[in-house]
Amino acid sequence: MIAEAGLAALWLAASLALLQLALAAIGLAGGKSELLGAVRPVAVAQGGLTAVAFALLITLFLRSDMSVLLVVTNSHSMKPWLYKFAGTWGNHEGSMLLWVTVMGVAGAAVALFERALRRETHMATLGGQAAISLGFYAFLLFASNPFARIDPPAADGQGLNPLLQDPGLAFHPPTLYLGYVGLSVAFSFAVGALLTRQVDAAFARAMRPWVLGAWILLTLGITAGSYWAYYELGWGGWWFWDPVENASLMPWLAATALLHSVTVLATRDALRAWTVMLAVVAFSMSMVGTFLVRSGILTSVHAFAVDPERGTFILALLGIYIGGALALFGWRVGAVREGAPFELVSRETMLVVNNLLLSVILGLVLIGTLYPLLTEAFGHKVSVGAPYFDRIAGPIALALMIAMIVGPLTRWRRDRMREVTRRLAVPLVVGGLVFLTLAALAWGRIGILPFLGLVIALAVGVGSIAPLWKRNLRRTPLFTWGMVIAHLGCAVSLAGMACDSALTVEKLVAARPGDTVETAGWTLRFKQILPIAGDNWTALQADMEASRGGGEPVLIHPQSRFFASPPTTTTEAALLTRWNGQLYVVLGQEADEGRWQLRIWWKPFVTLIWFGGFLIALGGALALVGRERRGWLLKWRARKAVEAAA
Amino acid sequence: MRMLIALLALMLGAPAFAQPAFAQSALPPAPYADRQIDDPALEKKARTLMETIRCLTCQSQSIADSNASMAGDLRSQVRERIMKGEEPEHIRAWLIERYGDWVSYEPTAEPILWPLWAAPLVLLGLGLLLLRGRIKRGRRS
Repeated sequence: MIAEAGLAALWLAASLALLQLALAAIGLAGGKSELLGAVRPVAVAQGGLTAVAFALLITLFLRSDMSVLLVVTNSHSMKPWLYKFAGTWGNHEGSMLLWVTVMGVAGAAVALFERALRRETHMATLGGQAAISLGFYAFLLFASNPFARIDPPAADGQGLNPLLQDPGLAFHPPTLYLGYVGLSVAFSFAVGALLTRQVDAAFARAMRPWVLGAWILLTLGITAGSYWAYYELGWGGWWFWDPVENASLMPWLAATALLHSVTVLATRDALRAWTVMLAVVAFSMSMVGTFLVRSGILTSVHAFAVDPERGTFILALLGIYIGGALALFGWRVGAVREGAPFELVSRETMLVVNNLLLSVILGLVLIGTLYPLLTEAFGHKVSVGAPYFDRIAGPIALALMIAMIVGPLTRWRRDRMREVTRRLAVPLVVGGLVFLTLAALAWGRIGILPFLGLVIALAVGVGSIAPLWKRNLRRTPLFTWGMVIAHLGCAVSLAGMACDSALTVEKLVAARPGDTVETAGWTLRFKQILPIAGDNWTALQADMEASRGGGEPVLIHPQSRFFASPPTTTTEAALLTRWNGQLYVVLGQEADEGRWQLRIWWKPFVTLIWFGGFLIALGGALALVGRERRGWLLKWRARKAVEAAA
Repeated sequence: MRMLIALLALMLGAPAFAQPAFAQSALPPAPYADRQIDDPALEKKARTLMETIRCLTCQSQSIADSNASMAGDLRSQVRERIMKGEEPEHIRAWLIERYGDWVSYEPTAEPILWPLWAAPLVLLGLGLLLLRGRIKRGRRS
């Protein structure tokens, strides 16, 4: 019954989405404004029903209902409950249902909590959100039904891949999806505003918290994913320019640009068309990234394509939504009046530079990711990877970091070059000193990008705090703190990347138990190797003692794990975190004469990469809370004033 | 199940986490697969090259960070050739001849890739063109 109820909830939700779209369209276009009153309740009901459907699918997984095909193919009755739960979205159909649920719930939230938007734009936005949801409901119901039954029921399930039985599975994919799909709200706002021709500062202020929210979750999702790949893959890499990673990076780049342009629109009522365009692009990148990769077109190496019917369906959806939004943009952009032009030396110009550079990086990542596809069509297989992206996007990213120092120190409207230079003095001097020190110590020994990265990271570190200089810190608005902390996070992260790339020490050895290995100031004593067993794996575990500079030895246990079903070997790296870096030890294969391959890395300051990512998200959260609180306070004061007057 | 791993890897935004067991060859590993060259300068040269060579049996990984046996064989090949004094670009050319352009992450200077190298300039140029009209120039009020 549960599966049938879930499917019914999904059908009902889809019908309500159709109703929501129809009510909004007829209400707005036909001038029947009495219909518009029903749009919000319908949106809330639709969101509620998707949540019910998703909760029912989770229930089926928790109960291990082996008459449901999806549970049979992706779960097992003996699995710990956390992985039964997280396994719900560890497959195509379940993750599509998560996508639709997030979209429905986000729409319900817009219906319930959005107060700043004008009524017509609000209704058009909800209509837009329903229109996008409809396509994905169709995809779910006609091509990826998660509630399909099998008859007779299976004895037990085939299990979730043991590799993914990591607490990360419970946190990382939902966070990323909330971010991806959260951007659909910005997309719907843009469509709604284009339809009602109301693109102005008030619109930007209404859209900003939704963009910020999605961006914070994307940032957290990407940071967590990078760390997961780092510790799970066992080679010490944290970013591979893999199409999958690029797929998550592209929406983030667009959302970051949007975040800054929406501030220009909110503050100065400028960049109207551009901001609307970015809102369309950001969610389009979510769709393109997720679905192009997922449809199996991008990485033709692996035969993981969903079946061709689904691929075609996805492409059609992409074409309809992105093409439709762009057509609407082209049709209505003439009606969107541009704001006043800028002075050359102004905060606005610096934010436009930010947008320009972010868009160029986004364009390059998109082109670089799709290019192999293009050449393959001409019968020529090429690879575009880290060497291209590092060399091309790296310098532009560094230029962006420099703009990040200048922007917050420049005034809105108009500033004087001399004043700006004066404010920049401290970061410039710090950058210069770091440059000279590094040049004296390590010239020619570290690559040019890590070298510049370190210089710019320290300059940005100082420059990011400079906006607080000579301010009363207790009266500084929370959103200014948010900006400072997010920018500081970029500097911290960049410093981590540069240190990892410039200072990592690698040691590959074949050692016998009893041997001692010395590297980068660490002494590792290889004590013994033992077979051990877990719930559904067996492993060879090395017991080692690591000590540095004659300090207290610490026990570490790198493992090589074997899973029987499916037959898989994984390495469980041993990570030893110190304030100034991480020791990363991997147990490899058995070599000749009783020796074992060991891979040992000392990675100075590598953890700064993810700590910086966390700071960026924290800064976003502070900005979100700061802006919202200010809005509440202003409203509260206005009400008090009205009451006092009455 | 491989499809599941791949799908999940997609969803997680991370490369596939492991190699299936059959990729681990039963043959003894190549001598320099996981053994560094004694001379650090040569090892650095080899390492730099390995980071730009694609592991052909993996999903988007270089041979420098893959567990696949094929990656190990290629690492060993690269190190042995570097020790014999071969130049990295010569080794790359040999690999390309053997496996096609696809094996090298370093885009070559072939005409089919010219648009890729021109892309940053074109995009920056377009951006600046768009920007030009937006900024007041030389006007003082």
